[in-house]
Amino acid sequence: MLMKSMLISEFIIERNLDRCIVCRACERQCGFDAHQYDPEDDVMVSIDENCVGCQRCSYICPTNAITIRRNPTEFQPHAQWDANTIHNIMKQAETGGMLLAGMGNDRPYPIYWDHLLLNASQVTNPSIDPLREPMELRTYLGRKPDRVEIEETDGKPRLKTKLYPLVEIETPILFAAMSYGALSYNVCRSLAQAAQEFGTLFNTGEGGLHEKLYQYGDHAIVQVASGRFGVDEEYLNTGAIIEIKIGQGAKPGIGGHLPGEKVLADIARTHIYSIEDLRQLIFALKEATDYRKPISVKIAAVHNVASIASGIVHAGADIVAIDGFRGATGAAPVVIRNNVGLPIELALAAVDQRLRDEGVRNNVSLIVSGSIRNSADVIKAIALGADAVYIGTAALIAIGCHLCQKCHTGKCSWGIATQDPYKTRRVNPEIATRRLVNLLQAWSREITDTLGGMGINSIESLKGNRLHLRGVGLNQVELDILGVKHAGESL
Amino acid sequence: MKKIYVNEEYCINCHLCEVYCAVAHSESKDILKAYKREKERLVPRLVVEMANPASLPVQCRQCEDPPCVEGCISGALVYDLTANIVTSNPDRCVGCWTCVASCPFGAIHPVCLDGLKFSIKCDLCFDLELEMPACVAACPNGALIYEEEQEWQ
Repeated sequence: MLMKSMLISEFIIERNLDRCIVCRACERQCGFDAHQYDPEDDVMVSIDENCVGCQRCSYICPTNAITIRRNPTEFQPHAQWDANTIHNIMKQAETGGMLLAGMGNDRPYPIYWDHLLLNASQVTNPSIDPLREPMELRTYLGRKPDRVEIEETDGKPRLKTKLYPLVEIETPILFAAMSYGALSYNVCRSLAQAAQEFGTLFNTGEGGLHEKLYQYGDHAIVQVASGRFGVDEEYLNTGAIIEIKIGQGAKPGIGGHLPGEKVLADIARTHIYSIEDLRQLIFALKEATDYRKPISVKIAAVHNVASIASGIVHAGADIVAIDGFRGATGAAPVVIRNNVGLPIELALAAVDQRLRDEGVRNNVSLIVSGSIRNSADVIKAIALGADAVYIGTAALIAIGCHLCQKCHTGKCSWGIATQDPYKTRRVNPEIATRRLVNLLQAWSREITDTLGGMGINSIESLKGNRLHLRGVGLNQVELDILGVKHAGESL
Repeated sequence: MKKIYVNEEYCINCHLCEVYCAVAHSESKDILKAYKREKERLVPRLVVEMANPASLPVQCRQCEDPPCVEGCISGALVYDLTANIVTSNPDRCVGCWTCVASCPFGAIHPVCLDGLKFSIKCDLCFDLELEMPACVAACPNGALIYEEEQEWQ
């Protein structure tokens, strides 16, 4: 029996009829059928309960006639049972299913980036003007030697030490693992092109590499996950770095949630049960690629992240990628997305410290992800000990994502998280590539300027330099874990 | 000579090209006034054709040897040698619609307004003092391109 849903609309579509010209663009663009044309009265009609708040209609409307608002209907105020909680219970009572969502944890946990402040030069040390002085954001990913020996031949210095495979990046910002499958081909192509243009890397995610994107292999981190989707010798040898995906921040402990609409094929799973298994896989991949490529291992930040990272380093990884609990996804059970894992700031500080204590920090590069929102977050991450950061959500926002969190439905009105050929064409790779390159350029310029103010001329000099950070509004435990002094404390 | 080209891979079927074409050729040139006061007179000179999932706007190709001009019985359609476009003069048009039938692209549109029948077509906004045709400027996804004609290889 079809019963009236007890759920109330999350959004209200406000249509200014004085401005609406009934061009029907909103109707054609909405992926969720929230706009309909009524031919009898020649007006546009809103179906509020279908609206997901993605703002595609507001964007496309030529007369700015549409405003999307949160439904102002209020429940009886209750500190324990807020609207979101009631909504979720209603939904589960109607469907009997797990709640699914896309993107990252949206709950109001502390954001440690906003409790960290950077230093600047005043009087006692000179700042650097990046417009006059050379500044370097270039960095290298992979294992660094314990010491460097140089010999002279014919009066010229030569590096005697044999280096491990290193991958050069022009800015410490990489595009996070987002697979073809979760995202449309046009989005993957834009990420690949932007990475190539700017001299950084994109990550295939666990879905393999589209054959047309093999040409961007020099700028690809190719992921190998438990599903082994699209993994073969050519794939491994095409990428600049191979990344073993153990876990991701949005859903530590689980994974591989592609909704049926997006799935083309599935492959039986194999799991990794121990560090020994991991070591075997790392060296199997090194063998398969003649020890020419750094091997990265990506894990979700969980409670014992420092020990786990240490185990990964000792297992022979060249890069450890850690994804914080705000890391996004194409689909995750809400209960896991919102309740499992660790803030990346704390995980990063703990891992960097542990690896330093063990004297193995130079054996790996650290890449962190899961909540990097702006250039300041990048700088703070590097000061906390990261070599580079992954950006996923920020990159998608640059392309058009408005964070409606409905990736798992495959209906994305922005043409990003969908395979519907009617919608994927909404991302023109030429435009999207330009927007991504602009974002990388803007952040890189801001990083350069901030470094200059700190009196530092190279990103390498900031790495792990926590004396450039001070905490505000943090308790002693938090400060100890972050390894930073409180604002006001001197050296 | 510049022409409008369509990259149908990136046409998103929003029809904003039609809207802005109609507004550019309206009395007021203002989107709200045009749609509120002269809606029945607003006829876009290009039409978005759709074959799900693909769509693309179709507009006059400005042929150098145009069948519409050849077929025109009243001299309303002429090939303007200075602007390099096919122009239509509604005052001379008698509404026989030979041009509509003869255009191989279906780019000429029959109109009935105030008891008069005439045809209209894309004029590349040539007398509107715009940087580029209104439809090209309006496309949100770069699917319409205004560029020099490429020689056929």
